[in-house]
Amino acid sequence: MKVWRGDANGGEFVEFRVPSDPGMVVLDVVHRIQAMHAPDLAVRWNCKAGKCGSCSAEINGHPKLMCMTRMNEFAEGAEITVSPVKTFPVIKDLVTDVSFNYEKAKTIPPFKPKPKEADGTRRMYQEDVDRVQEFHKCIECFLCQDVCHVIRDHDENKASFSGPRFFVRLAALEMHPLDTNDRLDLIRAKQGLGFCNITKCCTEVCPEDIHITDNAIIPLKERVVSAHYDPIAWALRRVRGKRDQFAPPEAEPPSA
Amino acid sequence: MSTIAAGVRHRPQERKDLWWLEPTVIVVVLGTFVLYSMYAGLANANYFFEPYLSPLYSPCLTANCVHPTLPLIGSYWNLSPAILIVAFPLAFRVTCYYYRRSYYRAFFWSPPALLIFLWWDVILAFNFGGRFGIGLGTVLMLANVILLSGYSASCHSLRYLVGGYLDSFHGKSLRYRLWSWANWLNARHARWAWASLIVVGLTDLYIRLLSMGVLSDPRWVPGT
Repeated sequence: MKVWRGDANGGEFVEFRVPSDPGMVVLDVVHRIQAMHAPDLAVRWNCKAGKCGSCSAEINGHPKLMCMTRMNEFAEGAEITVSPVKTFPVIKDLVTDVSFNYEKAKTIPPFKPKPKEADGTRRMYQEDVDRVQEFHKCIECFLCQDVCHVIRDHDENKASFSGPRFFVRLAALEMHPLDTNDRLDLIRAKQGLGFCNITKCCTEVCPEDIHITDNAIIPLKERVVSAHYDPIAWALRRVRGKRDQFAPPEAEPPSA
Repeated sequence: MSTIAAGVRHRPQERKDLWWLEPTVIVVVLGTFVLYSMYAGLANANYFFEPYLSPLYSPCLTANCVHPTLPLIGSYWNLSPAILIVAFPLAFRVTCYYYRRSYYRAFFWSPPALLIFLWWDVILAFNFGGRFGIGLGTVLMLANVILLSGYSASCHSLRYLVGGYLDSFHGKSLRYRLWSWANWLNARHARWAWASLIVVGLTDLYIRLLSMGVLSDPRWVPGT
């Protein structure tokens, strides 16, 4: 197995040979390399069950979770490369600085529920729960962010593009039946939804099988188009007297 | 233990799978369709063989058309009638969320309004000189219009229009049902897109070869 070793100044692939046992995953092999050859090999991991989203890496160039990639996927003796995710700056070896994502998360206006009903409750119906439930499966592994060519190939886009992970978050909030914040103008002007050209790379790498493009990004694009660009929707709003339907969101964080 | 030099962002090619295969197939299939439809659309010949009208020429809007559907344009129009309608299916495919994925990755026909004319053409394709019948051309044209209808009905925008724009489906059972149905179709949008693209080209090619006398149309017309 060839593991990329280095830091922000540069690095190289280092080849290690260690025995592999039946049932091992790539993360197990990385741990064995740490134990036998390179105790200073930096790798971020936690649950080893595909639920914490910590051990994201590029295995043979594919963005994957190391803990969910079984060694028996590869032919006996085949060369395997493990490298840090390419979109974020390397700190050391397989560990990258993903703080870009946390800064972007701060720019999203939070959930702002409707007032309670007369009986003191807020009700959600099953069909509405089902739609947004998919988005809540996200484990924040940031593999979708890694594979998105808008920021993978263009660092300069990072200031104006939040990436697929946050379009999933925005879709969960925008489609929430109890939420009263309107983020559509923010999505259009500051979150950079228009940069996405639907290559569906994010959907393909999602370990939780969230249909990011079809169920989050495209519906958000349709909502932005209805609110800002569709002349028929504009005329219908005028006729129905809903000119101010798309007011700016309240409680927008200062960094947005 | 050995080392191989590499930069932080500019690492050597790490993919070992056939990553180039999908974009290559898309370039070949889409490229072939674009070139063939350009040839067929500009040829202005062999687009009608009684009772079949090529989907690339439907609706035929010129008086000079061999089989006019709706002759809105006078006999002064001597160019191919396909030129007048090509923009609509082309725009539909080019703006399609699925094809955007395909052509962005690798390097583009059929809006719903035109479907009405294509369904009308299929009904005419059962009419063999005043007698009901079915030919191989009828079957191809029926397959073509079913696939194009499926491609249109599975569209992301249609899914949005029938109910996707709502935040809550409670008390909107018709829109919820329509949205659920559109969701089921939308999950198969890529298959509808490819099948309809290939069959629309094959239907035109079949009618063209019939009209050129290269093929003969197997038909079942009761009473003849």
